[in-house]
Amino acid sequence: MLRGKVAAVGIGASPYARHGQSTETEFALVIRAILAAANDAGVPIDEIDGFVSYSNDRNDPVRLATALGIRELRLGAMQAGGGGGGSAGHVAIAAAAIATGMAQCVVAYRGCRQGEVGRYGRGEGGYGGTATTSQRGPRPVTGYELGGAGLGPYGLFTPPQKFALRATRMLEKHRVSTSAMRAVSLAAYHHAQANPAATMRGKVLDEELYDTSRMISEPYRLYDCCQESDAAAAIILVSAERARDLGVVPAYVLAAGQSGEHRRGAGGENLPSLASAGLGTIAGRLYADAEISVADIDTFQIYDNYTAGVVMALVEFGVCSYEDVNDVIVFENLIAPTGRYPLNTSGGNFAEAYVLGMGHHLEAVRQIRGTSHNQQPGARISLVAGGPMTPLTSAAIYGSEETL
Amino acid sequence: MRTISENGPILPEVFAPQPLPTGLDRPFWDGLLEGCVVIQRCDSCAGWQFPPEVICHQCRSFELSWRPVEPHGIIHSWTRAWHPANAAFSEHVPYLIVLVELPEAGGIRLIGNLCGDPLQTVRVGMAVSPVFEPHGDRYTLLQWVPAPSSVGGR
Repeated sequence: MLRGKVAAVGIGASPYARHGQSTETEFALVIRAILAAANDAGVPIDEIDGFVSYSNDRNDPVRLATALGIRELRLGAMQAGGGGGGSAGHVAIAAAAIATGMAQCVVAYRGCRQGEVGRYGRGEGGYGGTATTSQRGPRPVTGYELGGAGLGPYGLFTPPQKFALRATRMLEKHRVSTSAMRAVSLAAYHHAQANPAATMRGKVLDEELYDTSRMISEPYRLYDCCQESDAAAAIILVSAERARDLGVVPAYVLAAGQSGEHRRGAGGENLPSLASAGLGTIAGRLYADAEISVADIDTFQIYDNYTAGVVMALVEFGVCSYEDVNDVIVFENLIAPTGRYPLNTSGGNFAEAYVLGMGHHLEAVRQIRGTSHNQQPGARISLVAGGPMTPLTSAAIYGSEETL
Repeated sequence: MRTISENGPILPEVFAPQPLPTGLDRPFWDGLLEGCVVIQRCDSCAGWQFPPEVICHQCRSFELSWRPVEPHGIIHSWTRAWHPANAAFSEHVPYLIVLVELPEAGGIRLIGNLCGDPLQTVRVGMAVSPVFEPHGDRYTLLQWVPAPSSVGGR
């Protein structure tokens, strides 16, 4: 069992910027995040012997190890599949490697400079079907992923359109109110106002602004969708023994893993349950591994691609059921320090920066250290979840020393 | 079978569908060209699957064939796209994307567009009928209109 054997001891990030605003390359942003995380941990760069990321991160472990002059690369791994759904799977891989002695000091990272690699919201950057201009004629497409032959010709080529289908199904099948979706967005923007690093600091969102924002793809309005950023973030993971030598407050990995539920990857929206985050299976497994229940979780750092998926994730992690979802998923419950279920307390992908969920790990660690800009009093356990609604999901539960 | 002809395609031709390089789904696209919906079915357990695969996911048989299906559909979900993420769509929003399940083919689902007023009321569970949208002799898309008696669904 993984519980308590590995800890996150360093967190670091590049400056966060809106898409197209950073002057450095994505690779340089990742390097800066890694250096910052190592510095935060008090770990010499030479001690790093592993690099893990996810979602086909373009910043290859071998190139990073080479650029940083790492003495020996003992773990280079990429969580396969699921896009942002893999955003905790790489931490699970790192933790397993450290717990078994395969590697000793692993950096889990993600870079995302959409000004460089393309805006995902336009179907660029490997997420959807990049359309050619009309002058060059139609673009030949194949397959049944976003923008492929079974979807693109019908104008389904961007992530919000795909995940809008999931949201509609949730709203109509489970009788969820769009007020629950709105609460997810309001909480993220609220938390960003206290976070100096957040790109949306100063952008105050209220119900009226949400309600009158333009439609992207029904039921998604502008503020149901994540922003696009130039950003990178990283955490340093070491063994519990090494963590205690470092003089930092460790955030222990209580449980971590990935989950590809049955037929979840069926193309063309043929997955068995459309109105599902894909986190229901892993939730129970990780609670058992961590020896906790939902009541023990102090903050929820859940990958916010679209509001509806976060609502599904909260249900699947047991915060509420579809019977009482419209009463529980309200703004007051989702904010620190007073809410029962503080959600994305840094601002998340929505309002801090879109780092494909890597920023959620940093905030989970801050909460356990007691250093968040939206600190939940006495926080001991943080949940980080990747996904939601993706073909593959992942999650990690971090705990303070006293939870061991 | 109805065919769109008078007003042309619902959307501009930005993406042109091609069979997979392996040819795995060629029968599906060839079928549409001939005005016929064919879906992969397992010869061994009679299970349907879409998109097609080299093996049946239910009984793991490699013996698979393509069977014609009467495409009576039920709307499993839908969205009305408003934001033209690509400039080629800017004169064509909003448009309706529907996810249609085919009860006669084990409930497999196909993406399509719903013809008619893009502001029409759409509900999960609505019954829809097929309309073929030919693009010359290159390919045909399968589109949908509300069925005369729009009942049922699950």
